[in-house]
Amino acid sequence: MTSLSLKGVSKAYGSMEVLRDIDLDIEQGELVVFVGPSGCGKSTLLRMIAGLEKITGGTLDIDNVVVNDLPPAQRGIAMVFQSYALYPHMTVYDNMAFSLKLAGKSRQEIDTAVRSAADMLQLSQYLDRLPKALSGGQRQRVAIGRAIVRDPKVFLFDEPLSNLDAALRVATRIEIAQLKESMPDSTMIYVTHDQVEAMTLATRIVVLHGGGIEQVGAPLELYERPANTFVAQFIGSPAMNLIEAKVTETGPRTSVIMADGGHATLPIPTRAEDQGNAVKLGVRPEDLSLVEGDDFLVSADVEIIEALGETTVLYFKPKSDAPALIAKLPGIHQIQRGTHLKLIAAPEKLHLFDENGVSFLYRS
Amino acid sequence: MLSENPALLGLATIILGVGACLGYFFLSNLVLDKVVFPARGKHAGRNINRANMVRPWLFLFPALFALGLYLAYPVFETLRLSLTDRSLGGAFVGFDNYRQMMNEAKFWEALRNNMLWLIVVPAISTSFGLLAAQLTDRLRWGNLAKSLIFMPMAISFVGASVIFKLIYDTRPADQNQIGVLNAIWLKFDGGAGSIFVLQILPTVFFLAVAGLAVFSGWGMFRDGSASLRGRSLWQMSLRVCAAVLGLWLVWASISAAVGIWFVELPYGEPQTWLTIPFWNNFFLMAVLIWIQTGFAMVILSAALRGIPEETVEAAIVDGANPFQIFFKIKVPQIMGTIVVVWTTITLTVLKVFDIVFAMTNGQWETQVLANYMYDKLFRSNDWGVGSASAIVIMLLVTPILVWNVHNARKEMR
Repeated sequence: MTSLSLKGVSKAYGSMEVLRDIDLDIEQGELVVFVGPSGCGKSTLLRMIAGLEKITGGTLDIDNVVVNDLPPAQRGIAMVFQSYALYPHMTVYDNMAFSLKLAGKSRQEIDTAVRSAADMLQLSQYLDRLPKALSGGQRQRVAIGRAIVRDPKVFLFDEPLSNLDAALRVATRIEIAQLKESMPDSTMIYVTHDQVEAMTLATRIVVLHGGGIEQVGAPLELYERPANTFVAQFIGSPAMNLIEAKVTETGPRTSVIMADGGHATLPIPTRAEDQGNAVKLGVRPEDLSLVEGDDFLVSADVEIIEALGETTVLYFKPKSDAPALIAKLPGIHQIQRGTHLKLIAAPEKLHLFDENGVSFLYRS
Repeated sequence: MLSENPALLGLATIILGVGACLGYFFLSNLVLDKVVFPARGKHAGRNINRANMVRPWLFLFPALFALGLYLAYPVFETLRLSLTDRSLGGAFVGFDNYRQMMNEAKFWEALRNNMLWLIVVPAISTSFGLLAAQLTDRLRWGNLAKSLIFMPMAISFVGASVIFKLIYDTRPADQNQIGVLNAIWLKFDGGAGSIFVLQILPTVFFLAVAGLAVFSGWGMFRDGSASLRGRSLWQMSLRVCAAVLGLWLVWASISAAVGIWFVELPYGEPQTWLTIPFWNNFFLMAVLIWIQTGFAMVILSAALRGIPEETVEAAIVDGANPFQIFFKIKVPQIMGTIVVVWTTITLTVLKVFDIVFAMTNGQWETQVLANYMYDKLFRSNDWGVGSASAIVIMLLVTPILVWNVHNARKEMR
């Protein structure tokens, strides 16, 4: 069942367009993560869904009702803000009860809702405290509790973990995952710039860039089959290597050669007219491995070695103005700086993009 | 030559004054470091430490001396004078001056008027200031409006009094009125328009005030009974006081709404506004409200800007309407600042002198304590009663001052 759907939604400040033609359907029970570099419009999109920013084009449906002109409180959404946004003059109890009081709920109803939310979030013994007497993680839980008591159709999270320190961030991330488990029917939209949060929490990820959607898909789908070079390099760390190549053979399997004599044959179909075209070959650093002999993908001189124990990350000297090649090898390797190495990857792990950066897998 | 040219004289005074200050700080430190505790010899280290312990006092001394001479000493001297009588050659008379003061109707009138000022001026200035701060916050021309509202702060009390004296000015009925208030008043002729503006509108206003008082009282009662747990006795008594005040407000506004229909309004006669007993107090207060609203607005506007925007957005998502956002989210967050502004204006009000002195000089039942003190001390040449009234003012100011400093410190933390 569709819980929320965006149809051609756009946002413009005067003549400056920050979001254009966003089409997206979100099913009930999904946890959708909006991810993208800063300035891509992901927070603006969330605030438009919340009703804090006006939608300047297209329609937004929540439960099949167009809510473009409804005030936030009537849209059936609840929002968790980046800086918690707790009311500093109210106790934890009153913070959570505020929306219900405004809605004119009876005292028993409010009390039941607040106490069950507090139980769920382990906040029961803090109900009489003011926000300033709580730790960062507790404040974040109160902010989540404030959203839960409203029993919304859609939860909106605006970078909820970015104000926490690293250890607490991991703990709270797991708490949010557990919260989602305990409320399987509620729909959540989560905005972050952290791809680890996106990969671990999401049922689907929406990658936004430059005011538009680059790709929508399950986390591993984005990792294994990125639609374009932006998604390919945004998901995964270190980012995917892109190598200039030329098509030498087309058909159900495609062969390419690189400038340094490396070559590869991929199980990706190409058409006859692609013959001889310049393309980009994508290979993730963790898919590369060392090889001897003439049958290699790329070769380069090692410039920097980062030995982390579990992995060894090699940075190769870039050729001319191409970006530096990176390889992530499992385990410990004894390699000297400046060594000339040859690398190879399994053919099914390779990605192929045309000169516009669009993956051949998704070519129409 | 200097005495013939005031500008040169002023310049010379400035140079002399600043030079003397610099000379004092330079020379006193020099003497401390070179003569008293020289950083030489076998005690050099100990001398440097001692010099550094003395140094703060060198810098504090001028301020402490001036404050002692002009502030602390007069307090004790005033206290002494209030217990003596000039006509008896400064003999000690105990509390006779206070007793005499208590028996004067003018003193009680001044005290009553002061209390009236104390309630009305801070309340209206602070609420107008808050209103102006909130309303101008998001406007493009808000800063212009703020500058205009703030401008009276730059006018001295006496100057403002002169301006308002002109507003209240009266001319015989057959001449042109130069006072704005009378010019407007003479436009009313007892017709439908006058009844609408002078009777129907005020009735609506008073009934609205009564309704608002009942509404907020009911809201407080409901909140109070909803969460009785954790309420201290102090808070409960505060609520009881607020409830009594609210009831009084309801009674006063309803009786005013009814009373306005039974008053015979003197249409067509220019009024001498400043001689209408009781109401003339409010005409005087208008001057101070006009000045202090700007002050309250500037401070409260800065406080409103300091409220995190996300708490307001969270309230919007929670379903609060603009009034609820203002009263339940914004105002409680700046309550500390509101209290500081309120008490600061209260202190100004308690000392109010210039406005009354310049406009009515305490005639027609507009006397206030500060002007009463001036009357006794410098007109009746009665230092005893004058000092006694000064002590009364000080006793009234002190608790508010202490509270104000306490709150201001809390705000800074």
